[in-house]
Amino acid sequence: MTMNSLATALTPDGLIEIYRVMRTIREFEDRVHVEFTGRDIPGAVHLYAGQEAVAAGVCSVLSDDDYIASTHRGHGHAVAKGCDVTGMMLELYGKAGGLCGGKGGSMHIADFDRGMLGANGVAAGGVPLAAGAALSAKVRGTDQVSVAFVGDGGANQGAFAESLTLAAVWQLPVVFVVEDNGFAQATGTRFHLAGKRVALRGEAVGIPSQVVDGYDVFAVRDAAVEAVERARSGDGPTLLECKADRFYGHMEGWDQQAYRLTSEIDELRSARDCLVLFTERVLAEGSVTADELAGVDATVRARVAAAVEEARSAKDPDISELLTDVYVSY
Amino acid sequence: MARILSYLDAIGEALAQEMRRDPAVVVFGEDNIGGTGTDGKLGNAWGPTKGLNEMFPDQIFDAPITEAAFVGAAVGAAATGLRPVADLLFVDFAGVCFDQILNQAAKLRYMVGGKASVPLVLRAMWGAGMRRGAQHSQALYPIFTHIPGLKVVVPSTPADAKGLMTTAIRDNDPVVFFEHKMLYFSRGVVPEESYEIPFGQARTVREGTDCTIVAIGRMVGEAEVAAEQLAMDGMSCEVIDPRTVSPLDTESIYASVRRTGRLVVVDESNPRCSVASDIASLVAQNTFDSLRGPVQMVTSPHAPTPFSPALEDAYAPNSGQIVSAVQRTVRSAVPA
Repeated sequence: MTMNSLATALTPDGLIEIYRVMRTIREFEDRVHVEFTGRDIPGAVHLYAGQEAVAAGVCSVLSDDDYIASTHRGHGHAVAKGCDVTGMMLELYGKAGGLCGGKGGSMHIADFDRGMLGANGVAAGGVPLAAGAALSAKVRGTDQVSVAFVGDGGANQGAFAESLTLAAVWQLPVVFVVEDNGFAQATGTRFHLAGKRVALRGEAVGIPSQVVDGYDVFAVRDAAVEAVERARSGDGPTLLECKADRFYGHMEGWDQQAYRLTSEIDELRSARDCLVLFTERVLAEGSVTADELAGVDATVRARVAAAVEEARSAKDPDISELLTDVYVSY
Repeated sequence: MARILSYLDAIGEALAQEMRRDPAVVVFGEDNIGGTGTDGKLGNAWGPTKGLNEMFPDQIFDAPITEAAFVGAAVGAAATGLRPVADLLFVDFAGVCFDQILNQAAKLRYMVGGKASVPLVLRAMWGAGMRRGAQHSQALYPIFTHIPGLKVVVPSTPADAKGLMTTAIRDNDPVVFFEHKMLYFSRGVVPEESYEIPFGQARTVREGTDCTIVAIGRMVGEAEVAAEQLAMDGMSCEVIDPRTVSPLDTESIYASVRRTGRLVVVDESNPRCSVASDIASLVAQNTFDSLRGPVQMVTSPHAPTPFSPALEDAYAPNSGQIVSAVQRTVRSAVPA
């Protein structure tokens, strides 16, 4: 990371915005962790905290019209793509007025108005969908770009490998963002990943591929600027392998991370927290002030708290909704 | 104007007419152009997309052998503004991309609370009779019928194939379109102009008063032959082709059974948890008072499709078995 990087082109407002996105994800996830422990949130929840710089960095170079398809761990991508936090919280609670009317939940959270094609309950399930959105943009002659987020675990799926091939052969405007958070569920990357790194798989089919420090939002953004520009100008797909460990277990409630040392998690949270790294850097550079960041923190905290309150008191979906939206017409 | 066309050419004509009508209609699959980089004249293994590349070069693509990716891409493309027709070739290959059909295409609309739709068509060859063995001959439409969110079309004639394909492409939900390979070169009268056949509307192939025969796909022809033979023995059979098994025109089936008092269901798929068992159960549940004999199912056995011509010929139901089934239910009938 040099001072001449593309990311430094961010204005103070841009820096504040990227911080706001990361802070919103962290606050959302930390709050969901607490609320889930209290069993107020039904079902299965997979938290993204720790990986914020990846979603924020990539989505900071996308427009509302661009597409993303997400993973099991989709809240961060949704926030970064501009989804409404209250609508998201209502969805996690399974309430009427949720982003998906309560029919999706955490694992299927989506907002087509924001180009967020959905979290996915199937590892790598969203990768071909993102390729399809890219195909759609190409055929319709727009300059839209599509991003497929996938975990290191999902990268072992056939759908991922096939999508790399299809995107390369069809020269689709898609960016594959592999988030290596260290674990496929509870199995460490070093136990499940064949070959040294996923990026080699992109190279194998002729896709420009790069390993990126996923704790550094500037590094992610720089890589994304290049990848998105390549896609937008018709030069085809890119693969970015971003390394960023998760703070919580695979799934709330089920996974207490017994397979990790407490010291390992402590070290992660103190030395490799993307928010801390960001703050240290921008304050050292004098681009924004500590007060400005504290202001963002307070606003975000209030916003997420209000979302939780609203979700708790919201109505359940009407039972008649059970049978709607199965088909457009039947 | 109508003229004689093959089932295969009828499907190709529907594709061409829809691609011309709407540039959002895109067609892809393995060899859909065929030999891209060579002469580009193959038009998939059987030729229904032959020539489409010359007419619509921006709307048809060859896909690498990547069903999980290109079927999934069809879902993503459909949800973002295209109307893709993805060609699975043999329906048996659904196994390698079933997640994209079962978990993505079928459920996307529901999971996002109606904020997206998936207007895609998945073409799928099916059926026994061509000596292709167990991995190229299955009648898997019951599996897809079981899944909410999918529509399942099983045309039996060239005219139906064209009209139903047109409807499928214009439909805003994901449609799995089953093309029986033994019907590909069957010929029939097909209108030249574009037309739609509504889903969920059965065709009465033949009217009758003594027994209702509901037959699917290639079995419609076998049922017609059986009905002809039975007529010579003085038995009058009504033959109904549901045309789409999801949605299923239950009203036409019930109405027919109420008239005839008897039902024989003919289905090439394996018998357990099948469309045949579904129709039998629906009729038993809803028209019990009208039944004058036991409902009969004529299906393939609960076995994979064999390769040996001798065995395969014994595998799929035939008109003889249908005749016997009608006779069984008529013989054990209670007085009206």
